[in-house]
Amino acid sequence: MDFSQIIPALPDLMDGMWLTLKLMVMAVVGGVVLGTVLALLRLSSNPVLSGLAKAYVNIFRSVPLLLVIIWFYLAVPMLLNWITGEFVAVGAFTSCLVAFMMFEAAYYCEIVRAGIQSIAKGQVNAAYALGMTYGQAMRLVVLPQAFRKMMPLLLQQSIILFQDTSLVYAVGLMDFLSSARSRGDILGLPHEFLLFAGLIYFVVSFAASRGVKHLQKRLAV
Amino acid sequence: MSALLEFSAVSHAYGARRVIDSMSFSLQDGEIGCLLGGSGCGKTTVLRCIAGFETLGEGEIRLSGRVLADAAMAVPAHQREIGMVFQDYALFPHLTVEDNIGFGLSALARSERKSRVAAMLALVGLVSYAKNYPHELSGGQQQRVALARALATRPRLLLLDEPFSNLDVDLRERLSREVRDILKHEGVSAILVTHDQHEAFAVADKVGVMQGGALLQWATPYQLYHEPVSRYVANFIGQGVLVPGKVSGPRCLTLEVGEFCGLLPLGFAGGDTVDVLLRPDDVVHDDASEQTAVVVDKVFRGADFHYTLALPSGQHVLAQVGSHHNHAIGESIGIRLELDHLIAFKRE
Repeated sequence: MDFSQIIPALPDLMDGMWLTLKLMVMAVVGGVVLGTVLALLRLSSNPVLSGLAKAYVNIFRSVPLLLVIIWFYLAVPMLLNWITGEFVAVGAFTSCLVAFMMFEAAYYCEIVRAGIQSIAKGQVNAAYALGMTYGQAMRLVVLPQAFRKMMPLLLQQSIILFQDTSLVYAVGLMDFLSSARSRGDILGLPHEFLLFAGLIYFVVSFAASRGVKHLQKRLAV
Repeated sequence: MSALLEFSAVSHAYGARRVIDSMSFSLQDGEIGCLLGGSGCGKTTVLRCIAGFETLGEGEIRLSGRVLADAAMAVPAHQREIGMVFQDYALFPHLTVEDNIGFGLSALARSERKSRVAAMLALVGLVSYAKNYPHELSGGQQQRVALARALATRPRLLLLDEPFSNLDVDLRERLSREVRDILKHEGVSAILVTHDQHEAFAVADKVGVMQGGALLQWATPYQLYHEPVSRYVANFIGQGVLVPGKVSGPRCLTLEVGEFCGLLPLGFAGGDTVDVLLRPDDVVHDDASEQTAVVVDKVFRGADFHYTLALPSGQHVLAQVGSHHNHAIGESIGIRLELDHLIAFKRE
């Protein structure tokens, strides 16, 4: 075992980690926004809207993420081509980002929905009695409270997303795992580099998990 | 003078269960009304219909002449300009006291909003708690915040759903008077819902007794107590016993202890046997009276005694007597009946 070659390779690995983090953060933000919209649709009294949202969630939760990533890599350029009528080059990063956002939105939707449902109905009625519309009641009363309650779950899901970003190797993106693997292969030290990558994933995820647990305790008080 | 709120022949059902049955009443501008009844009598549903949280099966609700809801349409709750204080207060836990109170004032300019919130805080005596969160306050303080929040938007009508039921008895009594003073000071019309008669009498100008989704009587507390229209209302409001009597004239009745005539016609045929309502305060202790009764039981309540007395026939009556007249059980005391309000019900 020779771990000494890892240090000179760090700048490359840092680039990979940067891509991983960028992808994760953007996917979390997009996924939570889309998930919240889906949750509001699912809770809508309109059966068409709630039915569509429900179908969306069920479909994305029933297919493998890897498949979604590959499929979007092929489908997003086609779709854009079809919409705009001209050929648009979409990078692997963008197609992956869209795939992650849409896939994770299905999971975030269920978390947000449970969060909204946990807020007492009286809160909405109180907002109505003060002259607020449905939109204002959601935005100013229900969602702020709901997000506070579901923050630990959202973060936990985001840690899973952090690990899942490694699946982008399938479309050739150089994230942290991909760059570690390729460096290791080039230098003939695949074991060392993969062990190192595993250690980093573990440290980041475990520390984040502990952080969430701590936050959960604080929010529960 | 036309009524502020007209609740006309409203019916409402949850599924097959009818919770309000063709109920009508009206509230004048500036008046405080109260719906009184046991749990499940439909009183809270009435409030929810007025607030706009329920749709009507039949009937019509008008506010200042404008239709708020009928079987075909309903003005959305947020456009009704009706404030509400909820049983659990429903304060917004993520906002401070001042943000809770200012919540409905988003249409006002910042400075106006600030001064309105300050005025409301002063009104309910919570100026020093402006920056606190609801969970840091006591039940009574939370209750005041809920009231201030509802009043801040200057609603045309304020609804209060069992507003004092979560408070201990001492506070309940004090706060109910305080709330009445605040409402009267602000000139706000209100409807209160409660199962507590003392609360209803302390706060309201008009009280409605409800049973099984129907309004039995809508009247001033004085009328409800002294002129109940039905046996149920007589039993529900205050204490008292029903003693047998015989109708001896259009306004007169003969009881075991003599003949009494009221101010109003009784509506019974001569010779009918009826049940006559005797309140504890109708039975007056009088040492000079020849009519006597035996003390069977007594409850000392501080300022007065509640005696249970047996008339010569064995019929029990209740008597409220000043606390200086301390008589032993078994003792015979002189009594006199003061029956200005002669209330009788047909024998069942």
